[in-house]
Amino acid sequence: MVTAPIAELAHALASKRLSSVELTTALLDRIDALNPRLNAFLARDRKRALGEAKAADARLAAGNATPLTGIPVAHKDVLMTAGWKTTCGSRMLENFVAPYSAFVVERLAEAGMVLVGKTNMDEFAMGSSSETSYFGPVKNPWNVDYVPGGSSGGSSAAVAARLVPAATGTDTGGSIRQPAALSGVCGLKPTYGVCSRYGLIAFASSLDTPGPLAQTAEDCALLLNAMAGHDPRDSTSLDRPREDYARLLRAPGGTKPLAGLRIGMPKEYFGDGIDADVAAAVGAALAEFRKLGATTIEVTLPNVDLSVPVYYVIAPAEASSNLARFDGVRYGHRAAKHDDLSDMYKKTRAEGFGAEVKRRILVGTYVLSHGYYDAYYLKAQQVRRLIADGFQRAYGQCDLILGPTAPTAAFKLGAKTADPVQMYLNDIFTVAGNLTGAPAISIPCGFDRNGLPIGLQLQGNYFAEGLILNAAHRFQQATDWHRREPAAIALETAR
Amino acid sequence: MALYSEDIQRIAHLARIEITADEVVDVRTKLDSIFDLIERMRAVDTNGIVPMSHAQEVTLPLREDVVTETNRRELYQSVAPAVQDGLYLVPKVIE
Repeated sequence: MVTAPIAELAHALASKRLSSVELTTALLDRIDALNPRLNAFLARDRKRALGEAKAADARLAAGNATPLTGIPVAHKDVLMTAGWKTTCGSRMLENFVAPYSAFVVERLAEAGMVLVGKTNMDEFAMGSSSETSYFGPVKNPWNVDYVPGGSSGGSSAAVAARLVPAATGTDTGGSIRQPAALSGVCGLKPTYGVCSRYGLIAFASSLDTPGPLAQTAEDCALLLNAMAGHDPRDSTSLDRPREDYARLLRAPGGTKPLAGLRIGMPKEYFGDGIDADVAAAVGAALAEFRKLGATTIEVTLPNVDLSVPVYYVIAPAEASSNLARFDGVRYGHRAAKHDDLSDMYKKTRAEGFGAEVKRRILVGTYVLSHGYYDAYYLKAQQVRRLIADGFQRAYGQCDLILGPTAPTAAFKLGAKTADPVQMYLNDIFTVAGNLTGAPAISIPCGFDRNGLPIGLQLQGNYFAEGLILNAAHRFQQATDWHRREPAAIALETAR
Repeated sequence: MALYSEDIQRIAHLARIEITADEVVDVRTKLDSIFDLIERMRAVDTNGIVPMSHAQEVTLPLREDVVTETNRRELYQSVAPAVQDGLYLVPKVIE
């Protein structure tokens, strides 16, 4: 029971078959038992979590609960959480206790969710495998010799291992969707501006997007309902009428619930470089969508192959600026030995940042330096426009765009750490969504020859979250990929 | 494009990150491969294309010119590496 999706847990809580204290206790025990093998959590607080669970039970009894009240959640350690260590997976912030909470953290707390811990991640969200964390790599629950994806790999592994029914993530180039795919869970990147970035420790401000990871699309809709909303503290937060992202999911289904939905298949997403098992699983999913009533149409996305090069100009440029604040003066690590102020900065940053973070700061510094701005940053912004225009033309012909989330299933720990470019190419299908700012989800759609999960990506136009979530939900009503649990973890629990 | 070790040291200085002589070759090799990846983007004709700096075409909002922040100096300084009398301490910059 305690490993069920949110929608089922909420039912059990509402009907008093289960209390939040019971649920939270069971999951905390599960985390204690399994986390040593997964390294998904960086911080846990049993006492605090049980206090929140007690309050949630009182709220449930009083009859003013939300669908999320009493449900345990974990936050990615890039999100400021008042009174909690918030490390960003970095030595730089090893002992940093957040003085305030991120908007999405506040919103989920207000909804009555019970915070059980903070999840491990690639340092400053820079990575696709959760191996760049200063606190050691996260392991994939399906096979602990493999990576869970990244950068929200602690969150995806925690949901996959059923340690929590929900976790937050952030997506700058695929950091919610790619780990969701590699860990076999659902991960939604909303439209840029729908969820406030307040309290999200900035990596690339024009791309960073908070979003939910959970077992089902339905759960993602419930979480987004609480996470979305206008926040004047983020100048890019959008002021839009309140939306119920689960509304379409409640409509009666019938045998053809997706009749009238036009799904675009970009030929750029089905070419060389995609693992045969991934291509087969995505192909089978497409057939399922046709059975559900959707029609499919071939579309083209010009210049989408340049998304990764464009991203590796824009994201590092913004990162080099954002991470300038870590200088050993106001917070975080300070080098013990130094000469003057400049030397203190340099040694602090050399010690506090890991190799990948330093590389990206250096790339960003270079492309923004005197004489190179037009050739790199401006050029990248122009190609970004061309890519976004291509998507707009495609959405003239279709409602959603379907493809694999990542070119392969999970890879072995250490397989790509020596070659940054190989690591970057994992995000080949996800970065475009960040460049355009449009929403996308990754849902499980099969397994490869090694028994590792495969993710399917559904992208939509701006504010199409409701449509995306409904298509994913109907697919999940007809299939059971999202219900599969890692056998290794199940065995461990039985022991 | 190929970077030289001097380029690496120049960028590292701008970024205020110390890179030792032992590290510079590895950093240079990896940056070279990243710039090879980026180079593919530069071949596209972007004449007359308006740069896209942001996902949404929105103007920055204005707010009333009133105080919204309370004084939280002690809380914020509680996480600082070195403070004294409410001030952040840094190595001496003026003799």
